[in-house]
Amino acid sequence: MIEVRGLTKRYGTKVAVNDLTFGIEPGKVTGFLGPNGAGKTTTMRLILGLDYADAGSVSVDGKPYRELAYPMREVGALLDAKAVHGGRSAYNHLLCLAQTNNLPKSRVGEVLELVGLSEVARKRSKGFSLGMSQRLGIAGTLLGDPQVLMFDEPVNGLDPEGILWIRNLMKALAAEGRTVFVSSHLMAEMEHTADSLIVIGKGKLIADCTMSEFIARSSGAAVRVRTPSPDQLVLAIAAKGGTATADGDGTLLVRGMTLDTVGDIAFENEIRLHELSIMRASLEEAFMELTADSVEYHAGIPGAAPGNVPGAPANIGSGV
Amino acid sequence: MATTTAPGLRLSSLPPATGRAGLVGALRSEFTKLRSVRSTYWTIAALFIVSVGIAAIAGFAIANSIHNNPANKASIDATQASLLAFFEFGQLIIAVLGALAITSEYSTAMIRTSLTAMPRRGTVFAAKLIVFTTVALIVSLITSFVAFFVGQAAMSGSGVGASLFHSVTIPRNAIQQGPTGPVTFSGTIVISPGTVLTAIIGTALLVTAVALIAFALGAIIRHTAGAICAVIGLMFVLPIIVAVLPNTWRWDIMRFFPDAAGRVLTVTIGQQNQHLWSAWPQFGVTLIWAAVLIAVGAYLFRKRDA
Repeated sequence: MIEVRGLTKRYGTKVAVNDLTFGIEPGKVTGFLGPNGAGKTTTMRLILGLDYADAGSVSVDGKPYRELAYPMREVGALLDAKAVHGGRSAYNHLLCLAQTNNLPKSRVGEVLELVGLSEVARKRSKGFSLGMSQRLGIAGTLLGDPQVLMFDEPVNGLDPEGILWIRNLMKALAAEGRTVFVSSHLMAEMEHTADSLIVIGKGKLIADCTMSEFIARSSGAAVRVRTPSPDQLVLAIAAKGGTATADGDGTLLVRGMTLDTVGDIAFENEIRLHELSIMRASLEEAFMELTADSVEYHAGIPGAAPGNVPGAPANIGSGV
Repeated sequence: MATTTAPGLRLSSLPPATGRAGLVGALRSEFTKLRSVRSTYWTIAALFIVSVGIAAIAGFAIANSIHNNPANKASIDATQASLLAFFEFGQLIIAVLGALAITSEYSTAMIRTSLTAMPRRGTVFAAKLIVFTTVALIVSLITSFVAFFVGQAAMSGSGVGASLFHSVTIPRNAIQQGPTGPVTFSGTIVISPGTVLTAIIGTALLVTAVALIAFALGAIIRHTAGAICAVIGLMFVLPIIVAVLPNTWRWDIMRFFPDAAGRVLTVTIGQQNQHLWSAWPQFGVTLIWAAVLIAVGAYLFRKRDA
């Protein structure tokens, strides 16, 4: 649906987006991940034709964005919730957008109702909180009932309630078969919403895969075992084709076999276990590992070098 | 506002799309934008109050000075007196409106939302230009006529004036016998209704043209204060700089500046500056400035990253 080919954008001598190629498939939530400054916003601006690419091309339904007959009927994009004239009421803001695409006036009231802003429709948006501005921006994206929705860091700065609202909205949109392309620098956010991932760093593509592929690919997936006789277990596991490495305090990290298999091997060899758990790298770690080399500005935190973050038990799927 | 539940996306289905988004929708949108912010009304109100208010004050001042000394009756350009404030201050005030028509989109970042909704930038620019020109022209014409009528009403009975409906004859020269002696007049000037109408409409057109110059500079500079400073520089500062040049040739330069038209368009008593062209060619110079700047603005509006 959205095709990005060889996209390159330079600002002066700095390359913001470097030969980026990917496609966004219809009917699912695609997370667009990267550290701050990776070029996510620039890529989105290039897709919408707000900035001009130095090389490469973008097409939406086979056409450049600016050639779409009614852009708002095909793509609803919200890059910056504060990109509104604060002196204009919420109603008039949406009305002037709807008019450009010949959308009926009645639509404005409907989307305001949907995002829960009907009561402040006649108020100037200057006084809106970030959460309300975000809702106003989202109301704008829904005016044209588009199949594709694009959000840039939609939960940034929102309170937990606002985050939940956005998250539910994205799920509802995807459940209707719409394509949702959403950027974030927080992997944790994507865990709960995205089906696919596009990961970039320093303007370059790092990964373009499904969420489950991304998790499987991460090097941290392992089984954690604690035993009084680690040497015996290492041998037993090696005999069955796995690898076990010491992790201190008699703890082993086993790779290449499932939790069940490790338990069975211990039982068969009469090795006492004090702990047996799955240790899957959380997405956040996998993400940091992947992008470690491409983080724009490293903060010097002693003992926490990027890409070498100590593992923690996974809690995937427990967030909602 | 505390709706945390998943929003039920129960939107009615849209009518099927026919054609494509174009100029008509963009015009509607730009008109909505202009009428839905307070700055538009404040600016127009300021333009009207300043122009008409000072026209009234000028009218009273003329009537008063003639009352004190009848000799002041000679060669009074009553039309120009009523239009001068509109021309001098009005062009500055409407320049603010012109600049804001574009720069407010950049200062608020609304431009990105606007260009996402309607990515065909030429259409957006054209719609802005058409809507703004129409509004500026209507406001200028009304202000110009009202300022004229109010100014004339204020000086009625003073023995000078101008009219849109009949010719007015005023004395050309006054000779006073001694400081308090009787005043005699020699020669007459006949002010025809046509001349007056030309001045009123011409001034309104000129103010509109200055507003368009501000609009264009807004598109080029994309910054409200910067654009307004540029207009002041072009319309007020540059003429002062040129004025210090040698008298022998500075007029040859001055007639090519956009402010020069103001020196001939508002005049109704036939004392046009001999160094400048007549009213309409001189107005043409201002229009060419506006057209060239608008072309540059439109080009940059399309070519630059938003």
